[in-house]
Amino acid sequence: MTVLVIAEHDNRALNGATLNAIAAAATLAMPVHVLVAGAEAGAAAEAAARVAGVDKVLLAQAPQLADGLAENLAAQAAAVAAGYSHVFLAATAQGKGVAPRVAALLDVAQVSDVIEVLAPDTFKRPIYAGNAIATVKSGYPVIVATIRPTAFDPAAAEGGNAAVEAIEAVAGAGLSRFVSREIAVSERPDLGSARAVVSGGRGLGSADNFKLLDPLAEKLGAALGASRAAVDAGYAPNDWQVGQTGKIVAPDLYVAVGISGAIQHLAGMKDSKVIVAINKDGDAPIFGVADYGLVGDLFEAVPALTSSLP
Amino acid sequence: MKVLVPVKRVVDYNVKVRVKSDQTGVDIANVKMSMNPFDEIAVEEATRLKEKGAVAEVVAVSCGVAQCQETLRTAMAIGADRGVLVQTDVELQPLAVAKLLKALVDKEQPQLVILGKQAIDDDANQTGQMLAALLDWPQATFASKVELADGKVTVTREVDGGLETLTLKLPAIVTTDLRLNEPRYVTLPNIMKAKKKQLDTVTPQDLGVDPAPRLKTLKVSEPPARKAGIKVADVAALVDKLKNEAKVV
Repeated sequence: MTVLVIAEHDNRALNGATLNAIAAAATLAMPVHVLVAGAEAGAAAEAAARVAGVDKVLLAQAPQLADGLAENLAAQAAAVAAGYSHVFLAATAQGKGVAPRVAALLDVAQVSDVIEVLAPDTFKRPIYAGNAIATVKSGYPVIVATIRPTAFDPAAAEGGNAAVEAIEAVAGAGLSRFVSREIAVSERPDLGSARAVVSGGRGLGSADNFKLLDPLAEKLGAALGASRAAVDAGYAPNDWQVGQTGKIVAPDLYVAVGISGAIQHLAGMKDSKVIVAINKDGDAPIFGVADYGLVGDLFEAVPALTSSLP
Repeated sequence: MKVLVPVKRVVDYNVKVRVKSDQTGVDIANVKMSMNPFDEIAVEEATRLKEKGAVAEVVAVSCGVAQCQETLRTAMAIGADRGVLVQTDVELQPLAVAKLLKALVDKEQPQLVILGKQAIDDDANQTGQMLAALLDWPQATFASKVELADGKVTVTREVDGGLETLTLKLPAIVTTDLRLNEPRYVTLPNIMKAKKKQLDTVTPQDLGVDPAPRLKTLKVSEPPARKAGIKVADVAALVDKLKNEAKVV
């Protein structure tokens, strides 16, 4: 019984969410192996070998594995998975794209977005936008699951000393081709792993007004987020969206500014440790989950809050 | 070419579901049901491709109970040409649905299958990817832009941190993200027309698929409730609470 974690990486470093998936794997008390598939991904494999709790790193290198194409990555993972009892991926865009493909290749069900490991075959996962928690049991010899990163503290990036073993890469399927990637450049912390998040909603009124949140985020060392309404209105980029269909975050502090608190938004942030809501509508549903609510005009409250912070 | 669009009947997204007291599931008796929002986007996209002349026929498919016919009628009112219902009262999980869809793809021979990225009830986000694996077709998940040309489909995807563009050989699988399009409202004349469109019913047995669920749900519980919060009078009181009570700043 061994767990295989499929690493997400940029060939040089591991994605932070992979550390959370490794931590979830460690709760099974079984050996943990990590598959790093890429092109010239030696540095990422070395990084994986240094993660505390990792027993072995498998490194598959080939040009067709360069861009994380789901077809090639899933075929690689499925080829390796035969000897494992569990295959874990982080529930990121990449993990969600690849995990079901691996599961179907192995003809097994997949468990999505695990928030708690109760037993090697029993997991908790949210359904209905987090309004219910299902406990599910898999009867399959191989359990393929994605891990919700915010539900597990990350494994320490240093302290491990695993061996890196080169393995043969599976031939590319030649079905898809990577064209381009536009990654938004930001000086702010990554939304998924930030300690604090400041999110704006439709109440901000415009993309220009969204800049009002910058100094507050700066002072808190926070990532910026947004509700779907704000994204749809063009106030904020798509990848800032927090919610059932966007990012799931669970920071120490979540500040919701001008966000009413629709079910779909709450699904993405209600596991935050402390929630602050600033909204002029005292009946907004966001106040139902906020630890501290301030009913008032955000255009006065946000600058005042920013200047009162150390 | 033909496009297949699977649609799912789910609890309407505005309904706040309640967990049953015996913890066997959520209470969906007498709750408003609708088409999964991501599937509406999928039907809309297929219809737009047809309106552009890139697609000849759009076939909507739904798997589940008899009432899924209503969901198929909605798809046909948006623009699907005909519907297929795979009727069963068995609880369907993504792997079973992917196998049912594979059997239909083998029969219908579409060049493109457009699915929603996830259903808002089980939040699994699996079916499209599983279908792609079973068919050995390429996949583009979380699409925000789809272009068909020269036997290929070019898809812009929403990924963590930004956007990514892929080109897939047809036949292919695409799953929709929210930003792909704004589904049209169905009009009364189109609802009336949809009633006359062809709707075939088959069973999993006809397709040679055993749909029995393989993951066992042991229980469904309420999420842990947050303790009640307080409203503060002004910014000074808020800062005081954050500093001295929550100790987060």
